[in-house]
Amino acid sequence: MLKHLKHWLKSFSLWELLKGMSVTLRYFFAPKVTIQYPEQKTPKSPRFRGLHALRRYENGEERCIACKLCEAVCPALAITIDSEEREDGTRRTTRYDIDLFKCVYCGLCEEACPVDSIVLTRIDDFFMDKRGDQVITKQELLTLGDKYETQIASDRAEDAKYR
Amino acid sequence: MPHIRNYTMNFGPQHPAAHGVLRLVLELDGETVMRADPHVGLLHRATEKLAETKPFNQNIGYMDRLDYVSMMCNEHAYVRAIEQLLNMDVPIRAQYIRVMFDEITRILNHLLWLGAHAIDVGAMSVLLYTFREREDLLDCYEAASGARMHANYYRPGGVYRDLPDNMPQYSAAQWPKKELARRNANRQGSLLDFIWDFTERFPKCVDDYETLLTDNRIWKQRTVGIGVVTLERALQLGFTGPMLRGSGLAWDLRKKQPYAVYDRMDFGIPIGKEGDCYDRYLVRVEEMRQSNAIIRQCVTWLRNNPGPVIADDYKVVPPKREVMKKDMEALIHHFKLFTEGYCVPMGEAYAAVEHPKGEFGIYLVSDGANKPYRMKIRAAGFAHLAAMDEMSRGHMLADVVTLIGTQDIVFGEIDR
Repeated sequence: MLKHLKHWLKSFSLWELLKGMSVTLRYFFAPKVTIQYPEQKTPKSPRFRGLHALRRYENGEERCIACKLCEAVCPALAITIDSEEREDGTRRTTRYDIDLFKCVYCGLCEEACPVDSIVLTRIDDFFMDKRGDQVITKQELLTLGDKYETQIASDRAEDAKYR
Repeated sequence: MPHIRNYTMNFGPQHPAAHGVLRLVLELDGETVMRADPHVGLLHRATEKLAETKPFNQNIGYMDRLDYVSMMCNEHAYVRAIEQLLNMDVPIRAQYIRVMFDEITRILNHLLWLGAHAIDVGAMSVLLYTFREREDLLDCYEAASGARMHANYYRPGGVYRDLPDNMPQYSAAQWPKKELARRNANRQGSLLDFIWDFTERFPKCVDDYETLLTDNRIWKQRTVGIGVVTLERALQLGFTGPMLRGSGLAWDLRKKQPYAVYDRMDFGIPIGKEGDCYDRYLVRVEEMRQSNAIIRQCVTWLRNNPGPVIADDYKVVPPKREVMKKDMEALIHHFKLFTEGYCVPMGEAYAAVEHPKGEFGIYLVSDGANKPYRMKIRAAGFAHLAAMDEMSRGHMLADVVTLIGTQDIVFGEIDR
């Protein structure tokens, strides 16, 4: 009998709905978890795999030696490399294209690179405004590398002991 | 007397409640479903065929994209199949990391499922809460693997990198001091500390979801008695995972055929009674709590037992970077592994894991080359979707949405 009364009361007082709304009310006054992107950003791991970049040595020489490991390992076949001998007798790329639409950001190119040349940076908000721009060339990649070198280097240093 | 014909309607493939690209051809008598005919294949990417053209390790990234809400579980099945063929031992720490991330993945999957299912049925707010927790778990993914979803973290022989000792923190420039301290409070220690903090908070969050849904009369009206599958039928239809457990059989590969270190874990298997949508909801919610308990056990173990996370076998696992830069032999192995990969002995292997959706299996045939000769993916969702007709017959049109939700359909794995 008491059980029935309880059920009846709960049913007509919309008990469970009110309880649900109390959750909503509680979170109304709780500290917010929302962030105001792009002024505020969520933290990013040093391992983050975003836009690619090509790095240089400290003396300005480009690291890439055109060994083509990244080209071979790329599951999406996004990397195209041509290479030639330079005047000073070293082997360098004449073309290093990455098709950003093909790339799956798996990070295998960075894993494969024996000279830490190709890296995936923290940059995750990029765009292209005309068809064809999704293929980024060696020059663009090197520029990215130059621009973000400090960040790239500190991220690699932080992660070096795990790799 | 006029001739009355049933009304045939296309549900999807662009319907927001179709969870992707499901096309259902529904035969309706008024608003009652007489027949449901799922059409699949709109997200077919030929992953199985693609895998035949790539060395073993390059396919791991494509496993993430099968069931794209439970990424690392897919990887686990794949790397286990390769390990079986190679007859390879995995370091115990790597197995704990895998189990931990499998369970994180299970929670991730169930959170997305719960939010989406609630929205389908008409409860808007749950999604906002579940995505708040998903954010934390995706941060764990990012901290360990570098990607928030498509992790590419498991490797035959272990996992790629050990868990980091530092969690990334919110930048001081973007927040007032007080709020910054609050946001960074659980990010002071290592990834394991962050996960531990999450597991402390998470049961309370599940309580909140349950307060919003479990007793809610609208939720009950929409799910109780909908899509009832008897145990006998569930077995005949090839159900696995929560779909089968919702019908009342305690079948869980983690218990029945323990892999990795699940035999050392202490957890329960929730089962339903009626086999309706409400029971399956309860099963999944309880699974989240059990997963939380497993994660806690893993974190405790991982904190006390440092060690290698990947097998020490240069024929399969690339050498450490530091070694590779100094040692010629290691460099040769590095080049071999990243160009040609490794050859797997001739044979076949089937490795199944308890995926959040059911049994996810990879059947791998190798002819001794560096690529799979054939790969077959056993997707749990495929068998579930095949039962759509039976489950929806006689229900109303609006219940079809509930059924899609309860089956936890993800087209990445069904169409693969």
